[in-house]
Amino acid sequence: MTNSQLTPGVAAGRLGAEDYARNFADIAPRFAPHEARVAADRCYFCHDAPCITACPTSIDIPLFIRQIATGTPEAAARTIFSQNILGGMCARVCPTETLCEGACVRETAEGKPVEIGRLQRYATDTLMEAPSHPFARAAATGKRVAVVGAGPAGLAAAHRLAMKGHDVTIYDARPKAGGLNEYGIASYKAAGGFAQAEVDWLMQIGGIVVEHGKALGRDLTLEGLRAGFDAVFLGMGLAGVNALRAEGEDKDGVANAVDFIAELRQASDLSRLPIGRDVVVIGGGMTAVDAAVQSRLLGAENVTIVYRRGKARMGASEHEQDHATQSGVRIIHNAAPVAVHGNGAVREIEFAYTQDTPEGLKLTSETFRLRADQVFKAIGQTLKGAPDGLAIEGGKIAVTGPGRTSLPGVWAGGDCAAGGEDLTVTAVAEGRDAAEDIHAALVGTGG
Amino acid sequence: MANLASTFVGIKSPNPFWLASAPPTDKEYNVRRAFEAGWGGVVWKTLGSEGPPVVNVNGPRYGVVYGADRRVLGINNIELITDRPLEVNLREIKSVKRDYPDRALVISLMVPCDEDSWKDILKRIEDTGADGVELNFGCPHGMAERGMGSAVGQVPEYIEMVTRWVKKYSRMPCIVKLTPNITDIRRPAEAAKRGGADAVSLINTINSITSVNLDTFAPEPTIDGKGTHGGYCGPAVKPIALNMVAEIARSRETAGIPISGIGGVTTWRDAAEFMALGAGNVQVCTAAMTYGFKIVQEMISGLSQYMDEKGMTSTAELVGRAVPNVTDWQYLNLNYVTKAVIDQDACIKCGRCYAACEDTSHQAITMSADRTFSVKEEECVACNLCLDVCPVEGCITMRELAVGELDQRTGRKVATYANWTTHPNNPAAQAAE
Ligand SMILES: Cc1cc2nc3c(=O)[nH]c(=O)nc-3n(C[C@H](O)[C@H](O)[C@H](O)COP(=O)(O)OP(=O)(O)OC[C@H]3O[C@@H](n4cnc5c(N)ncnc54)[C@H](O)[C@@H]3O)c2cc1C
Ligand SMILES: Cc1cc2nc3c(=O)[nH]c(=O)nc-3n(C[C@H](O)[C@H](O)[C@H](O)COP(=O)(O)O)c2cc1C
Ligand code: SF4
Repeated sequence: MTNSQLTPGVAAGRLGAEDYARNFADIAPRFAPHEARVAADRCYFCHDAPCITACPTSIDIPLFIRQIATGTPEAAARTIFSQNILGGMCARVCPTETLCEGACVRETAEGKPVEIGRLQRYATDTLMEAPSHPFARAAATGKRVAVVGAGPAGLAAAHRLAMKGHDVTIYDARPKAGGLNEYGIASYKAAGGFAQAEVDWLMQIGGIVVEHGKALGRDLTLEGLRAGFDAVFLGMGLAGVNALRAEGEDKDGVANAVDFIAELRQASDLSRLPIGRDVVVIGGGMTAVDAAVQSRLLGAENVTIVYRRGKARMGASEHEQDHATQSGVRIIHNAAPVAVHGNGAVREIEFAYTQDTPEGLKLTSETFRLRADQVFKAIGQTLKGAPDGLAIEGGKIAVTGPGRTSLPGVWAGGDCAAGGEDLTVTAVAEGRDAAEDIHAALVGTGG
Repeated sequence: MANLASTFVGIKSPNPFWLASAPPTDKEYNVRRAFEAGWGGVVWKTLGSEGPPVVNVNGPRYGVVYGADRRVLGINNIELITDRPLEVNLREIKSVKRDYPDRALVISLMVPCDEDSWKDILKRIEDTGADGVELNFGCPHGMAERGMGSAVGQVPEYIEMVTRWVKKYSRMPCIVKLTPNITDIRRPAEAAKRGGADAVSLINTINSITSVNLDTFAPEPTIDGKGTHGGYCGPAVKPIALNMVAEIARSRETAGIPISGIGGVTTWRDAAEFMALGAGNVQVCTAAMTYGFKIVQEMISGLSQYMDEKGMTSTAELVGRAVPNVTDWQYLNLNYVTKAVIDQDACIKCGRCYAACEDTSHQAITMSADRTFSVKEEECVACNLCLDVCPVEGCITMRELAVGELDQRTGRKVATYANWTTHPNNPAAQAAE
């Protein structure tokens, strides 16, 4: 193709084939065995370790690191998977700088934590390459559980339930399982088709059936599921997106960041994915960073993130913000969009500077415009299609304890449920804990 | 800069760092390069009798113990004495010594345990210009099976006998190299002294199996499916060597005999410790085999800096400085009381001190919900384990209680010096009263 980074408008093939390969390659490849040993040797094996507390799934991190250090990464992986069956994906996508590594005492001591995430990946990758699945099912209970959503929450719940001997049917609206692991996470974090490989690996436990293209509210009702199964787990994530509420939002070239990312994740040939020369991303979270960085990696010349509040309020961690700026993304703080200009398609977007006042965010009279061939909205996802009759709290399904909703026999976890951060690891923890609670309820052992 | 020049049993060298008799000193090429790098002296790789030389195994000779990041902590070897013809070694020794007259060059010897063999070898080395001989009574494998090396070094009578022969047939200074594979190192040292030795050197390697291959079920290094015990050396053996050096330095029978300290010397600090415990100089093998000859430059600069800081102008001022402070347990002050103190600002909250004390010691550290760790003085016996396992240097210290201060644990005031010999719990002490 003859396109380049300077080609005006929205165009595909701005880069050479090897640029795409390099840009979307594994961002933090697996440690070689020696690297892993060296990194593992740095762990102090803390008493009641702070990293364990900081991990939403409470993986026994010092134990698994010691197992790596003593040459048994497979045993390390079992330690990880027994708490977090998506330990492989978490090792790749967890914002470890704010979780386990942020709590590492070596971060306190020398500003350089033990590389827990990469060690976790070393262990999990090693075991996942082994020919057999590390967990076996308990004797069949004859109980059946419906899981809505094959994202991290649903998969973690399903695996735990299957392990306990229950039969699980997962219903997912999309054609592939994995949820945002498959459709949302930045490509370079889960390179090499890892999301599907992980789903396949997890399914080896047996007893789990996935029905694709089945949406709750469209093809299924909660009443139907409650009637047909012994328990229901809702792990449907946040399928809706917030609106910008700026004039001209409906112009061509304005899209949801999550849709752009999903398209990118599913593209079989990135050189055929069109991207603007000038791209503006609106938002301040992980989605905004991922959309902006991947726009740059596709060859956009100028990519700007505009966030309505100050740097400290951004949802994306310091590490992620640095990753964005190092990828050539410019971040503008304290500005909100007021109008999208252009004749049919977006050409410019106009912002007003904001002021964070005690009464809330106020627009000032000072405005500026940015050139834009594409505008990606990353201002938050919302719960969509929650069945009637469920109590809602703060826009999410209200839960108590391990994911119990207001309806008997219905549990919820992950992004769709209230409480916890919207992270893969949190979804796994909530799915797992709900499964344990469902199991206790079904076999009548307390809980 | 401090003057590091050293005189050991009359042998002069520009610094007290010698290479021990081992592969680094097995040939002219190595020794010339060692001298160029700055080594003060060498003990040439052990020579055997005239005739066909020994043969070594043709598979791996070394086993290794690693620390973090594959750092070599210890090596064991199943190598024998030099496997090169005697005439070649003698010719090379002569040529090197001629070109480096200011460096120490000592010849290590090991021949069968009869007078003629020793008489003969001593004659053969006479005109090499070498400064002295070292008798290898230490090699714990291979040669010992043939009645040499540690087979001699483990029998004080043989040591005395051979040393006498050497003094009888040679005017060179004679250093007797001792094996640590023995219960009480003072006995062979005394025997060497009785035989007329000018000095002892120690330690030679320690009998050991470094590891077992769990697939082939054979010790390593493995030769065609079998392994044998070998000699252990390197940083791991230093504590054993230091104790043996100190025992000889402080024993009434052997006090004052010059000692060449060997075993795990890796840095200037190790060397200084050996010297403080009475070694007149040190010999090095594993550190050179691990890092190359260049390490001597750090040893030279480090020891000079230390001596400058301490105001010492010659190594003689350092040698033996710590010997008076090495004593028997029974003379330690039982009224010396210390308590662990945790510096909360330095603490990184890993909790290792807590795990160590709570699980394995005296339950003298508390842990709060916010991970603050504090010492319970009423439980602390001052064992030091918390300090040892703390990853932060200087975070935990031991505070000395002044005489008269209340010890919370015993409820008694700290008294002045008193040791076990007079302690009321000591039956022997009571009997004496
Ligand atoms: C762009 C982006 C990047 C992210 N990056 C990271 C990251 O780097 N690290 C991190 O920890 N987290 C990241 N997150 C957050 C993380 O992906 C989510 O917190 C996590 O996927 C939530 O898991 P879940 O199972 O609750 O929901 P989801 O992963 O959203 O899965 C929900 C599933 O339910 C299905 N579904 C939805 N509605 C219905 C319905 N009505 N009927 C049937 N099925 C339905 C969906 O198809 C989907 O498969 C990112 C999120 C986004 C959007
Ligand atoms: C491979 C090898 C061969 C050795 N050969 C001899 C030898 O021939 N004669 C000898 O007296 N000591 C020999 N030694 C022992 C060393 O001289 C030295 O006493 C011992 O290694 C301890 O010192 P270090 O810890 O600095 O290595 C040998 C050691 C090694 C590692
Ligand atoms: S799951 Fe995430 S937070 Fe927990 S240990 Fe792994 S990388 Fe750290």
